[in-house]
Parts: sequence; structure tokens; C-alpha cells
Amino acid sequence: MSVVTNTTTIGAIEAPSRRNTELALLAFAVVIPIFAYLNVGLAINDQVPAGMLGYGLGLGLLAGIAHLVVRKFAPYSDPLLLPLATLLNGLGLVLIWRLDQSKLFQSTQNFVPGATNQLLYSALGIAFFVAVLLLLKDHRILQRYTYISMFAALVLLILPVFFPAQFGARIWITIAGKSIQPGEFAKIAIAVFFSGYLMVKRDALALASRRFMGLYLPRGRDLGPILVVWAMSILILVFETDLGTSLLFFGMFVIMLYVATERTSWIVFGLLMSAGGAVGVATFEPHVQDRVTAWLDPFAGYGKIAASEQIAKSLMAFGSGGTLGTGWGQGHSDLIGFAANSDFILATVGEELGLAGTMAFLLLYGLIVERGVRTALAARDPFGKLLAIGLSGAFAIQVFVVAGGVMGLIPLTGMTMPFLAAGGSSVIANWALIGILIRISDTARRPAPAPAPSPDAEMTQVVRP
Amino acid sequence: MNKPLRRVAIFCGLLILALLVRDNWLQYVRADELNSSKYNRRVLIERYAHERGNIIVDGKPITGSVKTKVGDFAYKRSYVNGPMWAPVTGFASQAFDATQIEKLEDGILTGTDDQLFFDRTLAMFTGEEKQGGDVITTLSGAAQKAAFEGLGTKKGAVAAIDPKTGKILALASTPSYDPSTIAGNSDKDGEAWSKLEEDKDQPKLNRALRETYPPGSTFKVVTAAAALEHGVVSGIDDKTDSPDPYVMPGTTTKLPNEGNIPCKNATLRVALQYSCNTVFGKLGVDVGADNMLETAKKFGFNSEQFVPVRANASVFPEKINESQTALSSIGQFDTRTTPLQMAMVAAAIANDGKLMKPYMIDQLRAPNLDQLSQTDPEELSRPLTQEHAQMLQQMMETVVKEGTGTKAQIDGVTVGGKTGTAQHGENNSKNPYAWFISYAKTDAGSPVAVAVVVEDSDASRDDISGGGLAAPIARDVMKAVIDSKK
Repeated sequence: MSVVTNTTTIGAIEAPSRRNTELALLAFAVVIPIFAYLNVGLAINDQVPAGMLGYGLGLGLLAGIAHLVVRKFAPYSDPLLLPLATLLNGLGLVLIWRLDQSKLFQSTQNFVPGATNQLLYSALGIAFFVAVLLLLKDHRILQRYTYISMFAALVLLILPVFFPAQFGARIWITIAGKSIQPGEFAKIAIAVFFSGYLMVKRDALALASRRFMGLYLPRGRDLGPILVVWAMSILILVFETDLGTSLLFFGMFVIMLYVATERTSWIVFGLLMSAGGAVGVATFEPHVQDRVTAWLDPFAGYGKIAASEQIAKSLMAFGSGGTLGTGWGQGHSDLIGFAANSDFILATVGEELGLAGTMAFLLLYGLIVERGVRTALAARDPFGKLLAIGLSGAFAIQVFVVAGGVMGLIPLTGMTMPFLAAGGSSVIANWALIGILIRISDTARRPAPAPAPSPDAEMTQVVRP
Repeated sequence: MNKPLRRVAIFCGLLILALLVRDNWLQYVRADELNSSKYNRRVLIERYAHERGNIIVDGKPITGSVKTKVGDFAYKRSYVNGPMWAPVTGFASQAFDATQIEKLEDGILTGTDDQLFFDRTLAMFTGEEKQGGDVITTLSGAAQKAAFEGLGTKKGAVAAIDPKTGKILALASTPSYDPSTIAGNSDKDGEAWSKLEEDKDQPKLNRALRETYPPGSTFKVVTAAAALEHGVVSGIDDKTDSPDPYVMPGTTTKLPNEGNIPCKNATLRVALQYSCNTVFGKLGVDVGADNMLETAKKFGFNSEQFVPVRANASVFPEKINESQTALSSIGQFDTRTTPLQMAMVAAAIANDGKLMKPYMIDQLRAPNLDQLSQTDPEELSRPLTQEHAQMLQQMMETVVKEGTGTKAQIDGVTVGGKTGTAQHGENNSKNPYAWFISYAKTDAGSPVAVAVVVEDSDASRDDISGGGLAAPIARDVMKAVIDSKK
């Protein structure tokens, strides 16, 4: 007798569903933020925070609903994605609530506490997550909407141009007093479009090309859409001064193209084109130039360039945290200013949880990406593979771009840390993203239907004499 | 498609790895540098996050902390009798940083100093709020009060030292300022600050430590010490060979005496009693510029003193010709000194030739009252022998008994002193500085040496003399020290 053990996501016969694992992890993902919340309350006000019960129940309820939906509608999905997202979202709520307690913020004129809204958005995000799982019985349905997705993405991206710039970038649209960052939703739409398009065109792109100086040059009609996307991302950069989003789309596209065609030359093209575009734009866009100057030496521009001051303040927040951090609620990351609870929320992590905590957060993100890539590996259809790798690649790039900017590794771009940062669009879009990944992983891990019983396979009856 | 997928996975892993490496670089390697950056407001927040430790005089704090209502600084510094103690404490301001003891001992007062590591760790476990340690000064409240009130509305400074130990007993400077008015970071503090900055009387200047004045005739005691030490004169009652008037070597300029005084070939004792320019000018030349410099340096000239607040270096000029030596030896030309330096001169003489290193921080104390460090008296140098010191004592005591310093007399106490009226400005156009240096002596030795300088440009020129303006202040300070010891 041999026992079949299978712990990979690559589905095989009798793959365990791992729903109970998920539930156990989910319990941690709810309890840890509750303790963090308690910790902040004790540190700042010396008392158990009043909203503790409500917060705990709220988070627990949301996680519970999500779990039940997954259990019912995606029973074979990856067990790590939901707990990871829940943990990040929960800790993000605590971080935002902690920044709400800042006296510095409270003394500013138009102070609005962010935590309540964020909890609302998180609920909405989980509702989106549930909706994805309920409505999307099979991710391959999305293939049908390839071009609709492209259209939607373009509309979403172009919309902010018609709204006034905020904080030097046109990436928001304001409807009835609520700001929406359409770029976050466009991320998903464009991933769907790329997957659909590349799945159809991948052979043409990979094979129908001429060899030139060791590189495979594709035909013009296949190259066309790529150039369009490249131009689009540059245009976003120019008109909306949104470095992050353009880098994100372009990076995502290059990754998906590479995966679809299996040709390294695409990466070379991608890098060349993005470098050319970036240099070109940087020469005549003062906003971009400022950011680069601020990145090169944040302290040189302190007090002179707004971005410089922010980066320097963020670096000092990280430095003050040191190895173990000051502890929840005991840092001064509010000194970074208005963006402390959105773009720079990781600096609060750095200051209050220290090197240890920040690395833990980065690893949580790393795990989400890893589970996403694993899902792509496990997926059986090219569309699912492309979509999964596109979404998780985009997620990785976003994390890198934001955290790298906040830590001064690369120029600051003004994107938000998924799940952590205050902001409805980001939370909702990322929950939807997790929903799609879970759906793909469910399909991928679902055990193959049991083979029809064949009389030949029946065991021979042994009759003892 | 799996091969490129694995490569993408590696790429994503590298992105995360880059972030992790960068994070270690920031939060481990560069943490200290970033944390102490001059732009980092946390340094200030920390300085005012808790009640600051206190600066203590006579067992009582002269500083305090007030809870502030707005802003991110929890506490604000307050001062008891601020203007009087400002030259000692310096200030700690939320908006304008800190100075002097407040700055030098910031680590102890804030509680972040490494010496307090154990207390901090303990407090972390017991949950007590972090507290700062205390700085216990050597100052005497009575002496400081006498000095500050003696100066009153006049511009000037007083430094008083315990000759036996070098403990600074008084350090007053007027006009002064109240550090409480600039302790916060409100608009009102800003206004007070710019008013202080613009004040032409420079109230923030610590005249006792940082301002150098021409010492005038008080410097003659240094010249007398040099003459004795280098064997130019052997006894204080021996006649010197000095003409009146004295034509300075290499010039045709006569060095005059003030008024009609018996200076021709006068003894050292008489010359000091009447403050003869001719005698001491010639003595300086006879001793020679190099030997004068040597003695002056032994008294502490030409080097900064750290008490531990930095005091400017007093100056005895180097590389000078004979006529310049003559002028320098009577405390004119380029000779300049801080009040602290002249107090050190008086103290060295009173202490029989042994100059103790002046200091004003006696102890550093942890919040739990444990002593962290104790300053021990330290000998700085021996500018003159015990015999010569006692000769100088006799001379200085004559000055107070029957010379220019009679106003410094105290009943039942032996007082030695020397007056000075230093001219300054082009062609002596400005009103001179009135100086007085002195020490008091009881049966138990000398408990105090004082230097007083009054730079009062309001008084009419004729009224300005060391004996008239400065000696009474010195007397009051000495009396306060002696009375407080009873």
C-alpha cells in the first residue's frame, strides 16, 4: 500500500482541498490585527480602544463570509491567498486607525479620519471578491470579453485627464465628493485584455518573425498593438504624470508577452522601449525630473523640492524604527504629512515595527506573488496561465514600485501599497484581483473527474484453495 | 509556457529581495545616521516628550517642565529665576535648539544617554514613564544672587570660583534674558527670540565665559607673579628700579600714571596698592615677552576652558616688541580676558599658587537618584610657588586695606583684591571697563575668588573705576559665600 501525498498546487487525483488549513490561517489573520489594534490603543490612549469589539467582529465577519463563499464556490482554491489578503487588509486598517490618532493630523483643518471609510471599503472589497467568485464560475469566461476589457481599460485610464490634478498627478476622478483611482481597476481589465489577445496571437508573435542581429523581430501587424500599449503608457505618464501606472502596465505587458511567446528578445525590446520612453519623458517633464532629483539625494533637496522632503522624511521614519521599531502607535510617521496613510504607509510600518516588521510585510506580499505564480504554473489553460501571471506580476511590480519609492530605492511614483494604504479603489480592486486568482487556482487544483469505471480494471478475485 | 513562468517567478523574487536588501540597508546600516539627522524632528520630539531632568543648585532645581497643550512636543522647559541663571543653564527651546548645559548634558536630561541605559531598560519592564536624569551644579544660589543683583541694570559679568577645588560658585551676566520666554515654539516665543537677536546689548551673550575684555590693571597681578617667578624682583618690599614717567623702549612715548601717585622706584607692594603703570610696564619689559607669555599661559591664558561649557580663550599676545610688552603687561594693547580667567588668576593666588581646573557640574544623577558621575577637583597648573603666592596675597590684601580696593572690605575677613580700569575704543574714546578681582580668606582658608567686570557706558566717565563700581559687587558675592558657609 502506498499513500498518495500531494502538497503541490498542481492538481492531481485526490488533491486535498485545504479548506480547513485556510480557516486556521484565517483565524490568525483576524487575531493578529486585533492584537495590533489593542496594542495601538494601549500605546496611544492607555486604554483598550473603544471600537475593539466592533473592529474585531467586523473583520472576523468579513473573513468568515469570504471563507464560506470560498468553501462553497471555490473549494479547491489556494488556501493561502485569502488569509494573506485578510491579514494585510486588517493590519492596514490598524495602521490607518493609528495615523488617525495623530494629534498633528487632528490639528489640521480638513482632517477626516480614514479608518471608518477604509473598513467600509474593505467590506465593499470583500463584496467584490464574493461577487467575483459567485459570478465567475470559470475564469475562461473572461476570454470572451477581451476587447471589451481593452475598451474599459482605455476609458478608465483616460477619464482622469478630464479631472483636475491633485498633488501633481492626474490619476483621480471625483464623483459626488468621492475620489476614485481608475488606474487600479484598469490594471485588472488590461490584464484580461492582454491574456485574451496574447493567447490568440502568441504563435504569430513567437514564430512569424525575422531574425535580426540575434533577435527575433516580429511582423508589423503583430507588433502594432504592442507599440500602441507602449505609446499609451507613455501618454499616461505625460498627461497624468503618473509614473507608477505606466511602469506597471508596461512591466505587466512585457512579462505576459514573454510568457506567451517564450522569447527572451521581448524582454530586451521591453527594456529598450521603456528606457527610451522614460528618458524621453524625463527630459521635458519637470514633475518627473523633480522626482528623480529627489531620489538621487533626498536630503540635498530638503525643504526645496516637495518630493525630496517626503522621501527624506520617509527615510528618517525607517531609520528611526531601526531593527525592532518603536512599537505600534509609538512612532512619529505622521511627520511625513498628508500621504502618511496612503503612499507612505509602509514608512509607518518601518518606524513602528522596525526592520523585522517591514521584512515580514514584504514577505507577505512576496507570498501572495508566489501563490499567484504557482497558480499560473498549475493552470491548465494558456488564458488562465497568462491571466494569473499577469495579475501576480502586476502585483509584484506595484509592491516593488511603491515600497522601492518609499524606501528611496527607485524614484517615488505615487502608487499605493496594496491592501495597506487608505483608499477605496485600491482595496476594492485588489480584492477583486485576489478573487480572480482564487478562481483560477480553484480551476487549476480541481481534481480531474474520476475515470469511468472499467470492468477490465477490476481486481482479479483470488480464490483461496 | 512553464519555463518563462519560472523565470518570471525568479524575477518577482528578485524584486522582493531587492526590497529586503534595501530595507536592511536603511533600517540597520543607516539607522543611526537617519535617526540623528538634523532634519529629523524626532530628536526634538524626544527631547520634549517627557519631563526633562533638572539642573540643580543648592539641592533645588532651577529648571522645570511644563505640559504643553498644542503641537507634538509634550513638555516645555521652564526656569526658576531664568535671567539670573541663564549664563549657567543656557536654554532648551522647542524651536531654537539648546545651548550650554541644556545642550551638553542633553542626553542625561532627556534620558537617552548611554549611562542611563539600565534605568531605561528597567523602566521599560516596570512600565514607568521614561525620565531624565539631573545635573547637579557646583553653584551657590546666594553667591549667584549677590552677583546678579550687584550687577543690576549695569552691563557686565561676574565669575566666582572656590580656589581650593575650582568649583564655580557664581556665573552672572547682564543684561540677561529669560530662557522661559523662548522655550516653546509658539509665535510668542518666536517674537521673543527675534527681539533677543536684534537687541544690541546682546542679552544672550554669556559675558562671564564668552566675552573677552581688556583686563586693565587687574592684569598687574599676573605681571607681578611673572616678575617674582622669573627672579626679576626678589621681595615685595624691595625698591624697584623704575622711573616716573617711563619712556617705553624703542619709542618716545611716555607711559603715564593716573594721577599723582608715588611710583618712582616704588616697591611691588606700593606699586600694586597705587596701581602704578610705570612700575608694571617696566617690569613686563624686564621679564620679557616670552616669560610673560609663559606665566600667563600657566594661569590659563591662550587656551579655551571647558567648564564643561566652553569659555573663550583669553589672550596674552604673542610675538610682541618691548613697548607692546610694556602695554600688554598692564592689561592693555592686545591683552584680553574673560571674567572667568581673571577669577582663575585670583583663585590661583588665593590657593597658594595652585590653580584648580574650574568646573560647574558636580554630579550627574539618574532619575532614581543614583549618582552617575562625580567631577573630582583637578589641578590645572602651578603658575607660581607657594612663597610667591603668599607674597602676592600680602600685596593684594594691602590694596584692599589701604589702596584702591577699600570698598571690598568685609568685617572680620581678610580680603585681597585688585582694581582695574581698562581703556578701550579708538583713542580710548569709549567709556572704560571697571574691573575688580579679589578673594576672601578666613581661618579655614580661602572659600572664594571673584572677578567682576562692569562695562557701563551710561555712567559718566569720571565715575568709572574698578574700585567704585566693581569692588562692591565682588564684596557682596564674597560675603554671600562666607555667610552661606556659616
